[in-house]
Amino acid sequence: MTSTVERETRTPLVRLTDAGKNYGNIIALQGVTLEVSGAEVTCVLGDNGAGKSTLIKIISGLHQHDDGSYEVEGEPVSFSSPRQALDRGIATVYQDLAVVPLMPVWRNFFLGNEVRKGIGPVSRMDIDFMRKTTKQELLDMGIDLRDVDQPIGTLSGGERQCVAISRAVYFGAKVLILDEPTAALGVKQSGVVLRYIVQARERGLGVIFITHNPHHAYPVGDRFLILKRGRSLGYWEKSEISHAQLTGLMAGGTELEQLAHELQSVGQADAAQELEEEAQELGLAGPSQ
Amino acid sequence: MSQTVEVGTPPARDERVATKSPFARLMARPEVGALAGAIVIYLIFFAVAPPFRDVNSLATVLYVSSTYGIPAVAVALLMIGGEFDLSAGVAVTSSALVASMFSYQFSANMWIGVLVALVVALAIGFINGYLVVKTGIPSFLVTLGTFFMLRGLNLAITKIVTGNVGTNDVSDIDGFASAQKVFASQFTVGNVAIRITLLWWILFIVIATWILLRTHIGNWIFAVGGSAPSSRAVGVPLNKVKIGLFMAVGFMAWFTGMHILFAFNTVQSGIGIGNEFIYIVAAVVGGCLLTGGYGSVIGAAIGAFIFGMTNQGIVYAGWNPDWFFFFLGALLLGAILLNTYIRRRAEASR
Repeated sequence: MTSTVERETRTPLVRLTDAGKNYGNIIALQGVTLEVSGAEVTCVLGDNGAGKSTLIKIISGLHQHDDGSYEVEGEPVSFSSPRQALDRGIATVYQDLAVVPLMPVWRNFFLGNEVRKGIGPVSRMDIDFMRKTTKQELLDMGIDLRDVDQPIGTLSGGERQCVAISRAVYFGAKVLILDEPTAALGVKQSGVVLRYIVQARERGLGVIFITHNPHHAYPVGDRFLILKRGRSLGYWEKSEISHAQLTGLMAGGTELEQLAHELQSVGQADAAQELEEEAQELGLAGPSQ
Repeated sequence: MSQTVEVGTPPARDERVATKSPFARLMARPEVGALAGAIVIYLIFFAVAPPFRDVNSLATVLYVSSTYGIPAVAVALLMIGGEFDLSAGVAVTSSALVASMFSYQFSANMWIGVLVALVVALAIGFINGYLVVKTGIPSFLVTLGTFFMLRGLNLAITKIVTGNVGTNDVSDIDGFASAQKVFASQFTVGNVAIRITLLWWILFIVIATWILLRTHIGNWIFAVGGSAPSSRAVGVPLNKVKIGLFMAVGFMAWFTGMHILFAFNTVQSGIGIGNEFIYIVAAVVGGCLLTGGYGSVIGAAIGAFIFGMTNQGIVYAGWNPDWFFFFLGALLLGAILLNTYIRRRAEASR
């Protein structure tokens, strides 16, 4: 099922080959292969506990892989801190976004990377520059903020997500890891974030998009990796898999069918019928056992 | 039920956000509640206590405010950084005792004792900070521990060294006069006697405000208090910032201790207990959030001024001073309610 595609000439920005990670005797991740190049979106799908967070932690430098190899631009690496990953241009936008809600947008944007002017005791932040830059960078991402002085906590979830993304881009990220950016968002907000993912790709960045929602992944993704219980369930190019197939794999066709049987046994025949049809439609469930 | 998603156009400005007037902006500042409170309290005492209206009384109020306001400057920074220091009150006494006893026992120049006390005060701050960041135990508990330890040490060591509960008079020691000039002198403007602590207080407020609002260190202080995991994730040296803040409290405690020593020539080993709460009250009344990430040094200064006014005003008004702590508690409660309301608004639509 897994296909490895030879890409001529181009070295992927990030490539994991048969990577694995154990926590004591618990195998958190095993035999996972993934790559992302510039101007590409690689989606990692999986349910809770599938190993998505472990995968992010390896790529972003919070943990080291135990098996397999991890290469950045063709060079084997093993990061011992997120800072090292960041120095290689791998930036992670976590679910909690690493923003401080009570602080103004511009202070958040430059937090940890403040631009200074003056030397010695009069060294201070170049507030004017930072404000203007924040406004401009956000504008480039399509967010027109009236006031970069408003606390970032007053922005909507999607806007905050975009501030975090444009911050990573501004500070030289080549690869963006987005950890469930749409998980806590409504339909419209999710659409906004997906647009920024496309925009980041158009700017030539590699994006690793972690999600459990195939409907968000399929429209923007170029490759798809599905994880289940720490193992790779498959790795596809977009051309090799349809939206329906992806959804079916994520939903777990057989599990849907099982649920249908259970419903039938408690007298919910209509619902069961519906579910079964849906499973068939997804093209994944075999004929009922 | 078809839904169209506009693609390609930037999201329109949220029409639900009203434009803020300059007045609304002022109202959103952390110190505004304290300022309003200070004006009200000033007017009340101005009305009911004729001696309060005298400009010399104002100078006294400002002096009392400054002795609490100086440590409150650092306590406010620490609180914005998300931590507490309950040992600050007794650390003031410890600094004064160390300087006094060191110079007296070793017959050293007063300034050497002053420097030794500085090292001790910074060390106390460092230990507080180090324990908090390395153990992850809330600073409330860590500094409660150091509070009791210092309280015991102050009494025990003073008794061992001097055989008494107070230190010996140090006014004959070399360097006393110059040190007194720096820490506890007084000068007159017109016919108003001004204590030098007031000038120091203003200087500390200006420096701390500048650091907080204009430098990257200030950005980091807000960040570590507002969200520790987030600031760590973006590379803010969280441990250094927090330890530094505890050491700043140590520095201000040292300065206040030096003032007490050179104002009174001797130090009683049991004083200072309970003052840590007054510093915290000043900071909270001034708009600092107990949970960190929000507040201002100017607010804490206004808070200390409110404390000084109430403290002296009750005397000028001829009221029973027993009521003082009741007022202090009521002020604190009112300030916390106001702060909670402000923060809800700042974090609205999260």
